[in-house]
Amino acid sequence: MTNLIKNGRVIDPKNNIDKNLDILIENDKIKAVGENIDDKDANVIDATNKVVTPGFIDMHVHLREPGQEAKEDFISGSHAAVAGGYTRVATMPNTNPVVDTAALVRSLTKRGEEAKAHIEIIGAVTKGQKGEELSELGDMTEAGAIAFSDDGHYIDNSKILLNALDYLAPFNKIIISHAEETNLVEGGVMNEGVVSARLGLAGRPSVAEDIAVMRDILLAEYANARIHIAHISSKNAVEIVRAAKKKGIKVTAEVTPQHLTMIEDMVDFTDSSTKINPPIRTAKDRDALLEGLLDGTIDMIVTDHSPHAPEEKDREYIFAPSGFPGLETAFGVLYTELCLKKKIELSTVIERMTAAPARVFGIESGNLSVGSVADITVLDLNAEWTVDDKAFFTRGSHSPFVGKKLIGKPYGTIVSGKIAYWDGKIC
Amino acid sequence: MSEKISLRGRDVLALGGFSAAEIRLILDTAKSMKEILHRDIKKLPTLRGKSIVTLFYEPSTRTRTSFELAGKYLGADVVNITSSTSSIVKGESLRDTLYTIEAMNVDAIVMRHKAEGAAAYAAKAVKPVIINAGDGAHAHPSQGLLNLFTIEEKKGKLEGLKIAILGDILHSRVARSDIAGMRKMGINIHVAGPRTLVPRFLLEEGVVVHDRIEDAIEGADVIEVLRIQLERMKGGLFPTTREYARIFGLNKERLSLAKEDVLVLHPGPMNKGWEISPEVAYSINSAIQEEVENGVAVRMALFTLLLTGGATDDKFN
Repeated sequence: MTNLIKNGRVIDPKNNIDKNLDILIENDKIKAVGENIDDKDANVIDATNKVVTPGFIDMHVHLREPGQEAKEDFISGSHAAVAGGYTRVATMPNTNPVVDTAALVRSLTKRGEEAKAHIEIIGAVTKGQKGEELSELGDMTEAGAIAFSDDGHYIDNSKILLNALDYLAPFNKIIISHAEETNLVEGGVMNEGVVSARLGLAGRPSVAEDIAVMRDILLAEYANARIHIAHISSKNAVEIVRAAKKKGIKVTAEVTPQHLTMIEDMVDFTDSSTKINPPIRTAKDRDALLEGLLDGTIDMIVTDHSPHAPEEKDREYIFAPSGFPGLETAFGVLYTELCLKKKIELSTVIERMTAAPARVFGIESGNLSVGSVADITVLDLNAEWTVDDKAFFTRGSHSPFVGKKLIGKPYGTIVSGKIAYWDGKIC
Repeated sequence: MSEKISLRGRDVLALGGFSAAEIRLILDTAKSMKEILHRDIKKLPTLRGKSIVTLFYEPSTRTRTSFELAGKYLGADVVNITSSTSSIVKGESLRDTLYTIEAMNVDAIVMRHKAEGAAAYAAKAVKPVIINAGDGAHAHPSQGLLNLFTIEEKKGKLEGLKIAILGDILHSRVARSDIAGMRKMGINIHVAGPRTLVPRFLLEEGVVVHDRIEDAIEGADVIEVLRIQLERMKGGLFPTTREYARIFGLNKERLSLAKEDVLVLHPGPMNKGWEISPEVAYSINSAIQEEVENGVAVRMALFTLLLTGGATDDKFN
């Protein structure tokens, strides 16, 4: 099986490419990248007026298997992924049961083979994500877990986190930390600030994140181990990570489109779609996140795709679960809000969604080098569309971007040489 | 020439959504309602054929009874639903409960709920008029209105008065409604309490925050004391009720810092001996009992204006 993508503008940040080129794909690999490639046996994919990039990688999604299939499963989640231009997603272990054994990692990896996108499994750092005892981190590493996280929970016990960092260092695996100090955010449903004071909603202060990020970094430095800060959201936390990187501490960080584009004033307490952890914060925080993304303090963009069943989200704000599905809106939001407003170059956004996560997590993907697996995304930068959660492939709803007019949309997604998504349809 | 204002069909979710003129209309209407309360036969046909449901997810004595009687004095049919005796205990969602009530063709739903924004959620979900009788720490607009009514009745005006709001501002829907309504009516607002119980971030422009309650009380025309909750002490927000009473409680000595004819309000229920001393609570300055009576009048005014359009509505005349 040979596919030939013709006449697209190829942006491959890893290889410093941004020009009109053709890409020849043989079976699941990229066979050639160059000008005017012709192959009369190949199935020609016309990418005129389109942008061709490495397949997006999302290191932070919740595909809800096992146990929470009313919210999402690997099939619906992978459909959402490829519709959003993602060819590889890493799913978090806060499921039922929690993914904290090698047996679960293996069975989910196998289950992932049925999905449209590559699915990486993130294991829990502690048993049941309870923060008390270490999970079998070595076994899960051998079973193929890509990284470890107690996402959704902060590991309050510093000794446990230090142990996990020490224990995992020789396996060269990274801990992804959901950094919000538990006591300070207990009961909180939005950023603590002028809006929470006005609405009477309990707040999650940014200092909870700052403290948590600082402690995690200090422990990583002490253990000479790697730590990755999940969904960074506060200005101080960005500054802390920037200083730590300068000092040579092995810290990396990710940010979401929602934290890069939204502020606390957008919270409407009759609609739980803005309820996320950590919360959307102030304009100052948002601007600091963009600055951090631009200067490399923040390594990558993730979606924190967190679907819930519509009836779970359609509740009183304080009772609704946190999170919303982000895979299908990420690129459109980033392109419309950041690229078109000249805040960041398209090639930088692509880098943060492809080469960067591959580099940090040691994934042999995120580039269009000859010989690489043919995970490729085709973008239509002229597509104008309105976000409609009824048209989502995910089972989730209640995105804060619903109703928003966006420009730019993934047009096609190729996973291991096969077309998985094309022009609005799963293939 | 004043413009005709109608509140017919309006939801009452928070006082921030009402203009000074609209608040004025409610207060003036309440004045005539209070006269009715003093009649021998307290019954009007204004709301005959209208139905009102009180939907209370949290316990309440005065607010629920006050709304119920207000509706009944005006001839409406009033049905009470409390969470413990309804399908809510079977796990029915708020939306489904609202749909059920709406399907019975009620005209108004008076709602109290633990969750901030619940009343606004209800207003988006169903057609009947929604009156917020307290949504978490967010708002309690009818309490804000009855405070305004009581202050005006006693002081003869609102504009230019100084009020001291004391205690747990952070968790108080009453404080938020007072601040929203009183700002609109030109009252100077001073708040004071332990730092742990005052929002770290500004509530609204122009509200003066003090650390010492004495500074807030100094020269005040009105003092409103907020209820202190034991669970806040357990949450580590203040050390003991004893210390609270000593440093932040309103007692006779502190009362003397205010104007001589100062009016003392408390939304109730009171913890006498904690946030307010019994002698202050029952002093001649206290209007705490009258607030309850005024509450009925204000709620009668709300029902009349929302469900019939009131005096500005032709049918009413």
